[in-house]
Amino acid sequence: MKPKQFFLSRLQLLWVWGFAALFAWLLQACHSSQSGAIQHSDAAEAVYVPPGKYDEFYAFLSGGYNGQVSVYGLPSGRLFKIIPVFSVNPENGYGYSEETKPLLMTSYGFIPWDDAHHSELSQTEGVPDGRWLFINANNTPRVARIDLKTFETVETIEIPNSAGNHSSPFVTENTEYVVAGTRFSVPTPQEDVPIDSYKKNFKGVLSFIKVQPSGNMDLAFQVMMPGFDYDLAHAGKSKSKDWVFFTCYNSEEAHTLLEVNASQKDKDFVAAINWKKAEEYVQQGKYHQMPGIYYDNRFDTSTQTAHSIVHQGVKVLIPSECPGLVYFIPAPKSPHGVDVDPSGNYIVANGKLNADLSVFSFDKIQQAIEQKQFDGNVDGIPVLKFDAVLAGVVKSGGLGPLHTEFDDKGNAYTTFFISSEVVKWKLGTWQVEDRQPTFYSPGHLMIPGGDSHKPWGKYLVALNKITKDRYLPTGPELCQSAQLFDISGDKMKLLLDFPTVGEPHYAQAIPASILMPRSDKIYSLANNKNPFVTKTEKDAKVVRTGRRVDVYMTEIRSHFVPDNIEGIRLGDTVYFHVTNIEQDWDAAHGFAVEGNQNNAELLLMPGQTKTLKWIPQRVGVFPFYCTDFCSALHQEMQGYVRVSPANEQIALTWSTGKE
Amino acid sequence: MKNLSSRTASWLMLGAVLSSVLIYFFPLWQITLYAPQYPQGIRMYIWINKITGDDPYTLQNINILNHYVGMKDIDPHAVPELSYFPFVLAGIIFLGLIAWIIKNRWFYLTWAILYAILGAIAIYDFYQWEYDYGHHLSPTAPIKVPGMAYQPPLIGMKHLLNFTAISLPHWATFFLALSILLGVIAYYCCRSSYNKRNTDQQPVVPDTLKSSFVLFHE
Repeated sequence: MKPKQFFLSRLQLLWVWGFAALFAWLLQACHSSQSGAIQHSDAAEAVYVPPGKYDEFYAFLSGGYNGQVSVYGLPSGRLFKIIPVFSVNPENGYGYSEETKPLLMTSYGFIPWDDAHHSELSQTEGVPDGRWLFINANNTPRVARIDLKTFETVETIEIPNSAGNHSSPFVTENTEYVVAGTRFSVPTPQEDVPIDSYKKNFKGVLSFIKVQPSGNMDLAFQVMMPGFDYDLAHAGKSKSKDWVFFTCYNSEEAHTLLEVNASQKDKDFVAAINWKKAEEYVQQGKYHQMPGIYYDNRFDTSTQTAHSIVHQGVKVLIPSECPGLVYFIPAPKSPHGVDVDPSGNYIVANGKLNADLSVFSFDKIQQAIEQKQFDGNVDGIPVLKFDAVLAGVVKSGGLGPLHTEFDDKGNAYTTFFISSEVVKWKLGTWQVEDRQPTFYSPGHLMIPGGDSHKPWGKYLVALNKITKDRYLPTGPELCQSAQLFDISGDKMKLLLDFPTVGEPHYAQAIPASILMPRSDKIYSLANNKNPFVTKTEKDAKVVRTGRRVDVYMTEIRSHFVPDNIEGIRLGDTVYFHVTNIEQDWDAAHGFAVEGNQNNAELLLMPGQTKTLKWIPQRVGVFPFYCTDFCSALHQEMQGYVRVSPANEQIALTWSTGKE
Repeated sequence: MKNLSSRTASWLMLGAVLSSVLIYFFPLWQITLYAPQYPQGIRMYIWINKITGDDPYTLQNINILNHYVGMKDIDPHAVPELSYFPFVLAGIIFLGLIAWIIKNRWFYLTWAILYAILGAIAIYDFYQWEYDYGHHLSPTAPIKVPGMAYQPPLIGMKHLLNFTAISLPHWATFFLALSILLGVIAYYCCRSSYNKRNTDQQPVVPDTLKSSFVLFHE
């Protein structure tokens, strides 16, 4: 019997080891599900886009203080392009070439920089359609439109009477309007008044920019609101499609130390504006014509040249004179983002000094308006009873909710700046389903189509403001970051963490299958109507008109025509009108000339004409060359321009290939 | 009343003429160039009356690449054949129609032989142009590789520096060959009908499909 007993005890030992292994595995599994991290190799596989393969989504991240838009691929996080919008870009001559300078013109003159916050794709029936991308300039109030065929800025429109264009450029369901609300209230119209007369003199205007079918923008009307800070906005959809919702803080109307003074009231507001009503009032002529000079700069794609149109005056609606135009919804604690769920029924106000989220119901708002359930009014704007319109409260357990986006399965995702996390919760039950830390302090978050009627709920990108120890340090100034989560399952899974350009605020993404087929490969030389185009080498010439010299120049692999220019004199102003006469995909050329004060280079895509101004500073012979490594003989792609003293009478000559 | 095989031959001849007309609507030859920078390839199509590419800029783009090794520009206007070949073909079609009308088997054969000779001349001419483009290089070319010529193959694949050139007949060449073939078959068809003329009295079957069925069973 003894050997058998021995055998049993060995079996028992096996059981013990088995249990120990199971326990260890459970502990491990428990631990990893707590941290939310998935296996590194799984995450790597999920974001790996093999060489030569394409990403599933285009993502457009605003550049914040770099004034640009960066185009990334998802899920790889690869950066494809930086689109200059509100900042000059010496890299490709945006804001330096004569053709693009007007895009940065304002009533203040030429502004070479701005702070670009919120990218917003145009929509059709509440779904991103891939026609245009809008983005706001926060500092000198403007809205820009980018054409997604060329990925170039094609229009910028200035917003008069506004200051700090932050609650912008959110679009209505069919891109009828782009909105632009002022973050800073100012004397409207501007005048010289004491700052402490804020409560008396300061107002906040909310602007509605009409978008034509061609994409061209026109300032349609403004709504004159109390002097609060209008922070963010989103348009309704489906049943709420006639409405736009703006959050505001500083209903205290403080003008100094807002950190404290604008944080005193328990509740600020979400302003609900009925833009259909506004249109009716404007049609009925119930507006005030107010002064206000503003620039609308349009880039004509046929001439490849931007022109400024200067407008005077704007139609302004006063809410107290227009019943049913605006209602205030009390929202706790200085709300920041205001986000509308895909159905259009729920409006989420993210009270940034709060732990909880207040969700309002559009149905209840309509009911409250009908039954006149008001809690007084502010400057003639009815304030709806909080309890009458509240649909639910999300007890988040986090702190500092800023923004919410939605997936296609009835879930919402909210960033919490202070507790540095993304929290997933369910619409209707208001229960928290999951939470994941971010590194660190996310501002906006983005789900492709996540603010639209039809989210593509596969990925979530959290846009972090602070990175501290996340990457190799680069001195005191560190990058911001984006964090990619897989949200296809019950729990969010962190996949990737990548540094970003500038400081992204909001972002948008759209399936590549929508955008990729729209992307142009070249500019058609045949359709190039730039007045200074040179379509063939035979047409190249140099023309003197007094002290102005126009050089009509071509570029093709691998030479300029002309590449020898003589007869320029000191005191002349030379305009190099350079045309890239290639018609082959990705056959780009550049142009730069020595000693070009206050100026940059040109980058020219096939079929494009751009103009670089050059005021010679010295007598001598100066080289110009192609700056884009275009071909095997790129280094040979160079030329000379001779500058003679002002009184020399050297004949104007030009040539290429003449020995 | 004509017998079956004579009718078949007539139908075949009409087919040959119609097939020849199709030559105007399709390229004769296709040359595809691949390079590291052109992973999707650049395609050039040689027609009876023109040279085209994937898009209106293909020829310009090929010429830009070719000029580095000193090749002449491919300029359709500089190739006189492109302006008179369409008329030669029109003449062939005209003769084919006459053959079809007079229904003479020797006319069929003569037509097919003439056609074949002209076709062979055209292909030889094409080869000559390829040779000319590939061998007569500018003495001032930026890139000169001793002993290197850039003549694309007539049929098949060839590596030319960084390019892989693939040259293959296209639909119109197929129609040309089909026309000749139909002409020759029409001749043979008639000959057999001549032999059987006195014995074979079958009912008329005007259906082309049936005709070809008969054709394959003779």
